[in-house]
Amino acid sequence: MAASGETSLENTHVGKKKRLPKRYWEVTDEEGKTDGKKQKEDHVQTPKLTDPKIKQKNTRGPRTGGGNVISGKSDQFPGSAPIPNEKLKKFKRGEKGKLPPRPHHKLRDAVVRSEAATELAQKQNARYDLLLPEDAGFLEGDEDEDTCTISQDDIADAVDITSGAKYFNLVLSQFGPYRLDYSKNGRHLLLGGRRGHVTCLDWQSKQLMCEMNVMETVNDVKWLHTEAMFAVAQKKWLYIYDNRGIELHCIRKFNDVLRMQFLPYHFLLATASATGFLQYLDVSVGQEVAAVCTKAGRLDVMAQNPHNAIIHLGHANGTVTLWSPNQKEPLVKMLCHSGGVRSVAVDKTGTYMVTSGMDKKLKVYDIRSYKPLQSYFLPAGASCLALSQRGLLSAATGDVVQVYRDVWSSPVTKPYMAHRTKGTVWGAHFCPFEDVLGVGHAEGFTSMIVPGAGEPNFDGLDANPYRSSKQRQEWEVKALLDKIQPELICLDPGQLSQVDHSTWEQRHQDKVQALGFDPLAKEKFTPRLKTKGRSSSGKVEKRKKQVAHEDQRDVIRQTVEDRMKIEKERKEKENKEAAVAGQKSALDRFRK
Amino acid sequence: MKVKVLSRNPDDYVRETKLDIQRVPRNYDPSLHPFEVTREYTRALNATKLERVFAKPFLASLDGHRDGVNCMAKHPKSLSTILSGSCDGELKLWNLTKRECVRTLQAHEGFVRGVVVRFCGSSFFTIGDDKNIKQWKMETPGYGEEEEPINTILGKSVFTSIDHHHKDAVFVTSGQQVDIWDEQRTSPIRSFSWGVDSINCVRFNPVEVVNPLSGLSYPRFETQIFFKVIMTMRSNTLCWNPMEAYHFTCCNEDYNLYTYDMRYLDKPYTVHMDHVSAVLDVDYSPTGQEFVSASFDKSIRIFPKDGGHSREVYHTKRMQHVICIKWSSDNKYILSGSDEMNIRLWKANAAEKLGMLAPREKAAVNYNQKLKEKFQHHPQIRRIARHRHLPKAVYSQVKEIRIMKEARSRKERNVRKHAKPGSMPVVTEKEKHVVTVVK
Repeated sequence: MAASGETSLENTHVGKKKRLPKRYWEVTDEEGKTDGKKQKEDHVQTPKLTDPKIKQKNTRGPRTGGGNVISGKSDQFPGSAPIPNEKLKKFKRGEKGKLPPRPHHKLRDAVVRSEAATELAQKQNARYDLLLPEDAGFLEGDEDEDTCTISQDDIADAVDITSGAKYFNLVLSQFGPYRLDYSKNGRHLLLGGRRGHVTCLDWQSKQLMCEMNVMETVNDVKWLHTEAMFAVAQKKWLYIYDNRGIELHCIRKFNDVLRMQFLPYHFLLATASATGFLQYLDVSVGQEVAAVCTKAGRLDVMAQNPHNAIIHLGHANGTVTLWSPNQKEPLVKMLCHSGGVRSVAVDKTGTYMVTSGMDKKLKVYDIRSYKPLQSYFLPAGASCLALSQRGLLSAATGDVVQVYRDVWSSPVTKPYMAHRTKGTVWGAHFCPFEDVLGVGHAEGFTSMIVPGAGEPNFDGLDANPYRSSKQRQEWEVKALLDKIQPELICLDPGQLSQVDHSTWEQRHQDKVQALGFDPLAKEKFTPRLKTKGRSSSGKVEKRKKQVAHEDQRDVIRQTVEDRMKIEKERKEKENKEAAVAGQKSALDRFRK
Repeated sequence: MKVKVLSRNPDDYVRETKLDIQRVPRNYDPSLHPFEVTREYTRALNATKLERVFAKPFLASLDGHRDGVNCMAKHPKSLSTILSGSCDGELKLWNLTKRECVRTLQAHEGFVRGVVVRFCGSSFFTIGDDKNIKQWKMETPGYGEEEEPINTILGKSVFTSIDHHHKDAVFVTSGQQVDIWDEQRTSPIRSFSWGVDSINCVRFNPVEVVNPLSGLSYPRFETQIFFKVIMTMRSNTLCWNPMEAYHFTCCNEDYNLYTYDMRYLDKPYTVHMDHVSAVLDVDYSPTGQEFVSASFDKSIRIFPKDGGHSREVYHTKRMQHVICIKWSSDNKYILSGSDEMNIRLWKANAAEKLGMLAPREKAAVNYNQKLKEKFQHHPQIRRIARHRHLPKAVYSQVKEIRIMKEARSRKERNVRKHAKPGSMPVVTEKEKHVVTVVK
């Protein structure tokens, strides 16, 4: 950069008379001058051009030779700005396919054009990434200071007031222990105490929306698609309340529900019951979509895969099963632990599954290939697992909540953060789009700050924490229009966009259909009836034998012929070589 | 200890005043948008369903003729003007924006066989069963003026069709022979005849040549006939593709339309099948991508230029045999003239919203269009997109024709199966309908 400084010094305008900028038609009279100038510039820039990095940069952009600017100055950064590869990778959707052969030029053109459009979209998305306003949070200790020893109070003191206010305790010792759920945009919190206390609140402004006691055991609570409705699994039935606590529905088809998951894009509420049933309720029309008898006893461990809407159930025999509403059998059955499964969590991208079991192990699986990646031993075992949007794992052991970072890539020895709550932990969830972990326990609720947990930049059209009621209404209409049918739930959500190659059997069947007969069918040989004793059963069998295995015989005949041909060729070649070698030696007479 | 916690300033995410529009921060990270494909599929399905819901192509009916509408002509300069001639010799000029008749004149005795507007739009020619060719002024005669033709030429025989050159003062008529006329003369400057067949339709190629039907084409002002294609049944009319001038489509009595490439006339380029009765008229869209055909089966169909089957069929309860059809020059409307004295105005794109579109509306339309295109081959979407209601007669006839065709092909297949191999070559659908090509 020193060189450019020099040029600017040389071309300084101090003390010069201001001149009008040169126009493009004024080339002829000043050509000599500009040449001189260019030479000077070239001279100054020579050290730069030899720099290999700069050269690379020059060649990267599509517009090479950007030096021909009207002002005569050369562009220091010609071409479009480079995009880092990892950014491009983030927005990559699948591999580039092979182009169809030349004769299909129309298809080829279409493919080329669509691929160009995809690439452009990918690049523009990657460029847009630069404009995202927020950065993720982090927590770093000083030298020889463990981040897990830093207490919540210290963090709350160190950060700004609004963030500090996100660490708080709700002392609700009467009706605990508590289960909780955050709404999809992270704005609202729903708490359900085991002894019937249900409350929902806007947790950031601490504004209470409703509070009630349902006078029954509460097993689980879940927000539905908006913050206007939530489901509560009570002692016997499933109930749906609105945000003022008014009972909207009591669904008698869903009994003894222990755990619930809401699939937001399908508008499905999946429930797992004590009787071993996995049921799906379509909350947009209020109908039961599917009821699957899992035949695996009491179901109190449940998680959903946010990537493909598959439900994961953990069982007492140490297996984890994967379910879709379209199949009465589990899609996958994995033996994960030697004891019962205590908790399951699946990450946002649908790549990793974390399980903890009665054998006090915490295991990480790759659920694309169903292979174990890591296995950790926790002395007290982990009860409630939760994964944050950025991949932090929280595991509760008794009354201690530990947060781990990068559990899947490398073996972790120390937790990232730890916090002791006042009672035994009963439920834990990360708040979406916030650096907050909500913990429900026997003595109430604790909201703790976990820097780096939440996705810093939300998408306004998907989940907007700051949306107005009007925006929410509009979003609801659009979301309902885009509701995915439950039949489309499968392990690979991108399957719908793949080409359905017909199998050979299918094509053969179509051909048979079109032709009206099977061109490959073999006619069965029926020997002709002959007279004069030539159709005795022995003779008939003999004649049958003559034509039996005709096709195999053809093959054998062909191979024998080929072999003989090769042998002959080899011999000829040898003879030729011998002839080329010329003289016969005395020993040749022994050659066969 | 170094710590940073997400802390958003709400002012950055909500609008400042109520007069502003809402802020919508975006993040295009694919992991924040799961189920991309399935959601797009759902949208495509909805868009396809909505397209069917909004498919209301019929716009207006222009009534006033006292006999069946036999021919129509577009005005080359004015989108809102069309001319129509009926079977009682009456000719009407219509204003399409007002949907009313602006001028009526008794042009001929007997049928008006053809009408064509001069390229400048100042006058038009009509031919009729009274063997006359008449040239009329486009302007309505003033008060007290007689409704009179500028020129009248009495021909030797009945004319069947007329077409005007696109830039020169030359027009062509067909009948027992093809005549090329100069506007300034009362006798043809050139006449062509061959055989005893009469010619049904003659059209100037938008680039250079003339093409009379029952298939001949030859360069203008040269007496040499290029080709003569003899087909199994009579062709009624033909139309040149305005964008690819070497393609033309002719409609045939055998229910089909044939697109020919004039460089390779030995077999049609595409056979368009779907009508269940004789096809009477055809007209190309100005983009040259599609054409519309009118049929004796009381329906109108729109075909893509290289597709074998129609993408759209229009019909109403009251519409009888459709005799003439025109695609408007702005590519938005279709006009059909039928037996029961009405001219009907249709949308070329049945589900299109007419009038100005707001930019967001336009973006949504484009997005939906792209989605429909992307998922068009999925069985559920294709089923909905292809679904059309047909009149009972047409529906049952379609079925009948399909059964007949299947039976014929089955028989042929069986015969071939038992014939000597190679003695029965497979004749494709394209080759089937051409008898010979005479050079």
